[in-house]
Amino acid sequence: MSIRYTKEHEWVRVEGDVATVGITSHAAEQLGDVVFVELPDVGASFERNADMAVVESVKAASDVYAPVSGEIVSANGAIVDDPAKVNADPDGEAWFVKIRLSNREELDALMDEAAYKSFVEAS
Amino acid sequence: MNEAINVELKHTPLHGLHVAAGARMGPFAGYDMPIQYPDGVMQEHLHVRAAAGLFDVSHMGQAFLKTTQAPIGAPQAHEAIAAALESLAPGEFKKLKRGGLRYSVLLNDEGGVHDDFMATRPAMEAGDGKLFLVVNAACKEEDYALIADRLAGRAELDILDDRALLAIQGPKAAAVVDALFPGAGEQKFMTMVPTEWEGAYVLLSRCGYTGEDGFEISVPADDAERLAKALLAHDDVKWIGLGARDSLRLEAGLCLYGHDLDGTTSPVEGGIDFTIGKRRREEGGFPGADRILRELSDGPARRRVGILPEGRAPVREGAVILSADGAEIGVVTSGGFGPTLARPVAMGYVKAGFDAIGAALQVVVRGKPLPASVAATPFVPHRYYRG
Repeated sequence: MSIRYTKEHEWVRVEGDVATVGITSHAAEQLGDVVFVELPDVGASFERNADMAVVESVKAASDVYAPVSGEIVSANGAIVDDPAKVNADPDGEAWFVKIRLSNREELDALMDEAAYKSFVEAS
Repeated sequence: MNEAINVELKHTPLHGLHVAAGARMGPFAGYDMPIQYPDGVMQEHLHVRAAAGLFDVSHMGQAFLKTTQAPIGAPQAHEAIAAALESLAPGEFKKLKRGGLRYSVLLNDEGGVHDDFMATRPAMEAGDGKLFLVVNAACKEEDYALIADRLAGRAELDILDDRALLAIQGPKAAAVVDALFPGAGEQKFMTMVPTEWEGAYVLLSRCGYTGEDGFEISVPADDAERLAKALLAHDDVKWIGLGARDSLRLEAGLCLYGHDLDGTTSPVEGGIDFTIGKRRREEGGFPGADRILRELSDGPARRRVGILPEGRAPVREGAVILSADGAEIGVVTSGGFGPTLARPVAMGYVKAGFDAIGAALQVVVRGKPLPASVAATPFVPHRYYRG
């Protein structure tokens, strides 16, 4: 399936029952230079919209919310070691976590690319 | 993120230039100010440490404080205006030489810091009896009111609303400024020279708030854009926003009023004892002198310290500070990522007895105590002009 987006500027790409999650290039640009990333442990479970990770720029800290409920099956240590990757390739290499979906229906509430694009333009 | 702004934000005379440069603007002290430019906070910060950065600080308050007890330029005039200011601030202003500039603090009756400011004695004898003040943007109305009230009958304020203030900071700043103001490269640190640039009356001060060499340039509002463009024409000069201004002053260990200093903190607690002149320590005679002199002799109950978190997580303002064994001993007042050091840096207040350089402590970030230690400031050595 294609990529879905949240109003909190996360993207979600689903393959099988696993969702890869990252922050959008719009979010990365708004944050500015990312200097610190904290990711959840593999095996942890989150309800949708729960604080899941932290991303910090020189000036400010922002929470990253779980866009869907489920269990963390993988966390991208590369962005913890080199937080600047989040600015360099937010939509690709700098994914945050992979979540095993516990409720596929939650995906229906997320925006598609066109909807997200107009959401960003309107905000 | 987008708070509703009900009040009309003021613009500095350089607002249009910031917008044209692609700045991300945001509210600060009632002004719509450049937070960062397209390069971003990190690159802007490093540029100042490596070359020269231009800051619009026109939101700050500029004023002349003038004695009303002697004619300006008269032999007793400086003594009179210095005595007036000394009734509000602990500095040694009587001994200030012509053209000399001092960092000082306005005190409240409890010895707390009402604001921090710069005061300069004019360079010419004809200016004796006047002091040029630069105060924080967020405090300027209150400062002016306090000064007008406390010094009524002794001095009056001439508020310079029609002037802009530019700061240029960094190792290349002197060469850039010297090209526009010949001789400026040799100007002594913490002095001000009145000068002219293409018909504009300019006050050129060698000072700043980044830890780097540099100048603050007071210029008529109508000439500000022209002067900014002339400075920016140099390859070494780039606009720097308030974001990098904050990380630069933090690395330099300099206080931000309203965060590291406020109405409850004394200059002794704040670690800015140098603002209290030697004669003033003997004579007192400034607001809150009892408390401040007692703290100087017995030590304050708490003290501002530099803090180096051990890990990579930035520690922000408001984080609770714990002793090594977990007792609450203070709070972080400024903190973030220091781009020059590529690590988190912070400062905050700790109880007496916990302020030794190198002492282990913990800072609570998102509910977790993280290891840190008390560190000497500045985190990045000052590189002021000492020639």
